[in-house]
Amino acid sequence: MSTRLARGGRRIDRSKRVEFTFNGKRLTGYQGDTLASALLANDQMLVGRSFKYHRPRGVVASGPEEPNALVALGDGARMEPNQRVTTTELFDGLSARSQNHWPSLEFDIGGLNNHVARFLPAGFYYKTFIHPRPFWKHVFEPVIRQSAGLGPAPKDRDPDVYEQVYAFADLVVIGGGVAGLHAARVAGAAGLRVLVLEQTAHWGGRSPVDGGTIDGQPVQDWIDATLQALDGMENVTLRTRCMAAGIYDHGYMIGYERLTDHAPAPGMPRHRLWKIRAAQVLSATGAIERGLSFPGNDLPGVMLAGALRDYVVEYGVSAGDRTVVVTNNDDGYRTALALKEAGLVVPAVLDARPEATGALPEAARAQGIRVETGRAIVKVMGGKRVTGVGVGLQAGEGSILEEIACDAVAMSGGWSPVVHFWSHTGGKLVWDEAQALFRPDPARAPVGADGLPNQAVGGAANGALTLGAVMADSHDAISEVLRRLGKTVSDPAPAGDAPAEAPLHPVWVMPQGAGHKLKSKMWLDYQNDVKVSDVQLAAREGYESVEHTKRYTTLGMATDQGKLSNINGLAVLSDALGAPIPQVGTTTFRPPFTPISMGAIAGEARGDIFQPLRRTPMHAWHEAHGAYFEPVGHWRRPYCYPQGGESHAQAVHREVTATRTSLGLLDASTLGKIVVKGPDAGRFLDMLYTNMMSTLPVGRCRYGLMCSENGFLMDDGVVARIDEDTWLCHTTTGGADRIHAHMEDWLQCEWWDWKVYTANLTEHYAQVAIVGPNARKLIEKLGGMDVSKEALGFMDWADGTLAGIPARVFRISFSGELSYEVAVPASRGLEFWEACHAAGAEFGATAYGTEALHVMRAEKGFIMIGDETDGTVIPQDLGLGWAISKKKADYLGKRAQERVHMTDPTRWQLVGLETLDPNERLPDGAYARASGTNANGQGNTQGRVTSSYMSPTLGRAIAMGLVLNGPSRMGEVLEFPTVDGRVLSARIVDPVFYDKAGEKQNV
Amino acid sequence: MLILTCPYCGLAADETELSPGGEAHLKRFGPGSSDDAFTGYLFHRENPRGVHFERWRHSNGCGKWFLAARCTVTLEVFGTYPAQTTEPPAAILDAIRAKRPDWEGRA
Repeated sequence: MSTRLARGGRRIDRSKRVEFTFNGKRLTGYQGDTLASALLANDQMLVGRSFKYHRPRGVVASGPEEPNALVALGDGARMEPNQRVTTTELFDGLSARSQNHWPSLEFDIGGLNNHVARFLPAGFYYKTFIHPRPFWKHVFEPVIRQSAGLGPAPKDRDPDVYEQVYAFADLVVIGGGVAGLHAARVAGAAGLRVLVLEQTAHWGGRSPVDGGTIDGQPVQDWIDATLQALDGMENVTLRTRCMAAGIYDHGYMIGYERLTDHAPAPGMPRHRLWKIRAAQVLSATGAIERGLSFPGNDLPGVMLAGALRDYVVEYGVSAGDRTVVVTNNDDGYRTALALKEAGLVVPAVLDARPEATGALPEAARAQGIRVETGRAIVKVMGGKRVTGVGVGLQAGEGSILEEIACDAVAMSGGWSPVVHFWSHTGGKLVWDEAQALFRPDPARAPVGADGLPNQAVGGAANGALTLGAVMADSHDAISEVLRRLGKTVSDPAPAGDAPAEAPLHPVWVMPQGAGHKLKSKMWLDYQNDVKVSDVQLAAREGYESVEHTKRYTTLGMATDQGKLSNINGLAVLSDALGAPIPQVGTTTFRPPFTPISMGAIAGEARGDIFQPLRRTPMHAWHEAHGAYFEPVGHWRRPYCYPQGGESHAQAVHREVTATRTSLGLLDASTLGKIVVKGPDAGRFLDMLYTNMMSTLPVGRCRYGLMCSENGFLMDDGVVARIDEDTWLCHTTTGGADRIHAHMEDWLQCEWWDWKVYTANLTEHYAQVAIVGPNARKLIEKLGGMDVSKEALGFMDWADGTLAGIPARVFRISFSGELSYEVAVPASRGLEFWEACHAAGAEFGATAYGTEALHVMRAEKGFIMIGDETDGTVIPQDLGLGWAISKKKADYLGKRAQERVHMTDPTRWQLVGLETLDPNERLPDGAYARASGTNANGQGNTQGRVTSSYMSPTLGRAIAMGLVLNGPSRMGEVLEFPTVDGRVLSARIVDPVFYDKAGEKQNV
Repeated sequence: MLILTCPYCGLAADETELSPGGEAHLKRFGPGSSDDAFTGYLFHRENPRGVHFERWRHSNGCGKWFLAARCTVTLEVFGTYPAQTTEPPAAILDAIRAKRPDWEGRA
C-alpha cells in the first residue's frame, strides 16, 4: 500500500494538518502536500478511469505531464473538471471527485469495454458506426455520447474573478530550475529587464531531489543564494505558480498565474493572465521522463521513476513498500537509492541494457540492491494495483523467468526535453541519436520581427541532462542571449557536479520480441487508451504521417497532449514504418503548455463590461421610461417602450398608431454622421455613391446608395450639402465606423492626391426624428425657425435655433409621414428631447423605438440595410435603379454591376408580399417553393422573405421579399413552407403598402 | 501577434491596434476594362510562401493605412511604408534583397 513515511518530505510541514475530501471521504494531509501526494499518503492509489476502456488509473507522474490522475475539484459553481492532482496544492477544505466512472470508482460498468478491448482497436469508431446512416443519429451517437467525455461541465456561472496584466521584458526566462535561475542572475547582473516564470510553487526544479553540488555548494544552498541575489535586483521579476502558456509571433507570450488556487480567497482574483512582449526568451523548461512500454504498464502502482523519487524525497510518501525499478538508463538508479535511503525495499533493478557499470549502478550495488541487466518486465500482476511483476529477457519474447512480488514499479525510459516553447513559434528540432531525444536545433531557431533568433534554450530542455552539463549549457545559452542584446557576460560559468551517467539504451518495446498479445497490453497513452498495437495497426493500415496516426489512434490527444506518450509513440510508429525517427518527426506543439482557465482568458471582460456600450445622450431617459433595448452594433437602442403591462407587440402597435395619427419621437442619434469636406469632396462622393452628389445644391438633401467595389449594396443614407465644399453623409447605425473606414481607405490608398477631408461626427450630435401629422406644429411650438412647407420643403435642411438650442433641421422622412430630423449638440440632446416631449404633450407625443421605425419603413416599402441586403444584393435587385446615375463614367461597384451574373434578368427582385390570411405573418427568411428539385435533391426555390411585420396601419401582415421575375408577376400567389411544417400562401404585390403617392410626407 | 511600425505616427503597434487589408499595390480596373482584367483586380490575390506586400490600417491608433513587406513563413518584417505609392520604395526592395538574395521580385 502507499503510505506516509515516518520521516522525510522536504516540502511538507508535519505540524500543520490539512483536511480534505475525496469522493466524499474525509482525509488528511500536511501543508505543502500536493493533492497527489496526499492521496498516496492515504493509500488512494486508484483515482480515476481511462477514457475508452474505463481501466483503473492511478497517479503516474508528479508534474504537469500527469495523464491519469484527473479529478473534478470544488463544488457547485466552483466545480472544475479534469484538474491534475499532481499540480494541485492541498488546502484545508479541498474537495475532489474522481471522474469517468459509473456507478462508482471501484466498480465501473464501463469497465466492460475492457473485456471487449480487442474489438475496439484504433479507428474503431470510424470503421464501425458508418452504416446504416440513420443509425448514427438515433443509435450510435447517443450511446457514444453517454460514455464519452472526461469530467462533467459545471452548470452555473463561474463566481470567481480573474484579471489580466501586461508586461514587457528584455528577457523572459521560462522555468525556475537551476538553469533558469542562473540565466536570470546573469541577465539581471547585466542590467536587463528580466521576468522569470516558474509553474510550480518552488524554485530550483527537480535538482534538489536528484542531488549534486553547484560551485561546491549543495544544490539547495546554491538555489537559496541565487534567489537572494535575484531578490536584490530591481530589474528582475520572479513569479512562482506562473506557467508560460505559449509563445506567439514577434515575442508575444502568455503567462498563466494561479494566484489563489492553493489558498482560496473568494473575491480575490483567482488567476492572472500575463500578456507579455519579450525581446528574448530563454526556455529552461527541463525535461519530462518517459515511461517504458511493457505489458501491463498501466496498472495503478506503475509510476515514473522520477515521480516515485519525488514523492519519497519531497513529501515523505511511498507508493509501496516493495518497489521494482525498471530502467534503460542510469538515472533510474537514483530512485532505487532514494527508496533504499528511505528504508524501503527495492527487490531488484531491472536494467534493459546489457551492462550497467556507471557510478549510479555501482552505488546501488554497494547498497546491496540486486541489479539485473538485460532484463525486462514481461508481465505485471494485479487487478486494481500492482502485486508483482514477471521478469524476462529484454531480448526475448516475453517468457517469465522469475516472478517478483512488489506493490509498485518505478519505470524510466529516459528523458525528453520540454521543447514546446521552442516549437510554438516554429523552432525546429534535431534527433540526438546518442541520447535518443529530440532537442532544439540552434541553426533553425524561432525568429522575431527582425528575422533574427529571439529564443534560446538552456539546460535539460536543450538535452543537457546531468547537473554539470545543465549549468554549462545554461551559461552558454544566456551568454548567447546577452550577445544578441548587446551585453557582455561578467559572471563565470557555474560548475555543477553530479555522478557521471552512462548513455541510455533506447527501449521502445519491452521485451523487444513481444508478440501482438503482449503489445496489446503495452500502454502508450494512458488517458486515451492507446497501445503499442494500435499504433502498429495504424501503420499497417497506411497511416504514414505522424499527424494522421495521432488523429486516427488519438495518441497524444488527451489533456496531457502526449507529454508522456509522444516520443514512445512515434518511435513505435517509426519502427513499424521502417523509417528513422527523425524522418517520422513529431506532431506539432501548440499552446497552451497545459490547459488554462477560460476565466483567465476572459479576464474582466464579462457581464456588464464584456464589451464597451455606446449610449446616446438620451439613454437615461429611455431607461427611465421603460425602454426595452436591442443591441445595434455597440449601441443599445430602444426597441419599444412597453407601458403598463403591454407586450412588445402591443407597444409597437401603439407607437406606430400614435406616430401615424399624431406625433412620434425617435432617438436617431446613433445614425452615422460623416462630414466630407474639401475641393475634391464632390468628386469623391460621386465615386462613393451610385448617384450624383456633386450636383446636389447647398441646402438640399439626397438619398444615396453606397456599393462595395464588387457591386453589392453596403450602406444607404441621406446626404446633405452644407456648403460649396462640405457634405454631411448619414449612414446606418451599424455602418458609421465601417463606412468612415471605407472612405479613408479609398482616400488614402487610391485617390491620395484628392483634396478631401473626412471626419466621423456621429457622437457629436444628438438627433431626434419628429414624425407625424403634428410634427410641424410641435416645432413651431418649440419656436425659433420657420419650418413651413414654403420655407423648408421636402428634402431641404436649414440651420437655426429651436427652443433656444442650436439646431440643424433636415426635412426627411423614413416613415412616409411629415417628418423632421433635428440634430443638436450632443451635450444638449437630452434637453431638446425633453423639450419635445413637454411641448408635444398636447399632441400625445409618443416615443417610439426601432421596431416601430422598421414597421413604418416597411409599410412604405423602404429597404433596410441588413434586411433587404445581405452582401449579395445589388441596388438593381431592389428597384433602386433610379438612384443609380447613368451619366457617371465611374463609381465604386459600377464595373462589377456590368458583370454577367449581375445583369442576369433572372436575379430575384424586390416585391411586396401579402399573406392570403391577413393574420398570418410570413416568417423572416422563409423561401418560396418552386417546382422540381435541384442537383442535391432539394426542392427548388423562387424567392425569399427579407422583412415581415404585422402592420398596425393596414391591420394585416405585410412582408417584403426577393422573387424571381417578381415585379412582372403581380397578383401571383407563392407558397412558403415553414419550419413547423405548414405552407403559407402569399400574393405578390407592390412593395409600397401605404400612401403610394407619397402625399403624407409632402405637406 | 505581430508588431508593425506605423510609418505615420512611428509607433511599434501591436496587431490588436491594426486591421489587415489584404494584398498591397493592386491596380484598380473600372468601367471599360476587360472581364479578365477586372476579375484579376477584384478576385485574384498573391499567396506567396515568402516575401509578401500587404495593407494594414492603424485603426486603433492614428487611423492611417500603411503598407508592410513581410515574410509569410518567418513573419520577418522587412519594412513598412506609407500607402501613397504604387510600388514598394527602393529602400524596402533593398532591405528585402539583403535578407532574401534569391527573391525574384513581385509576381
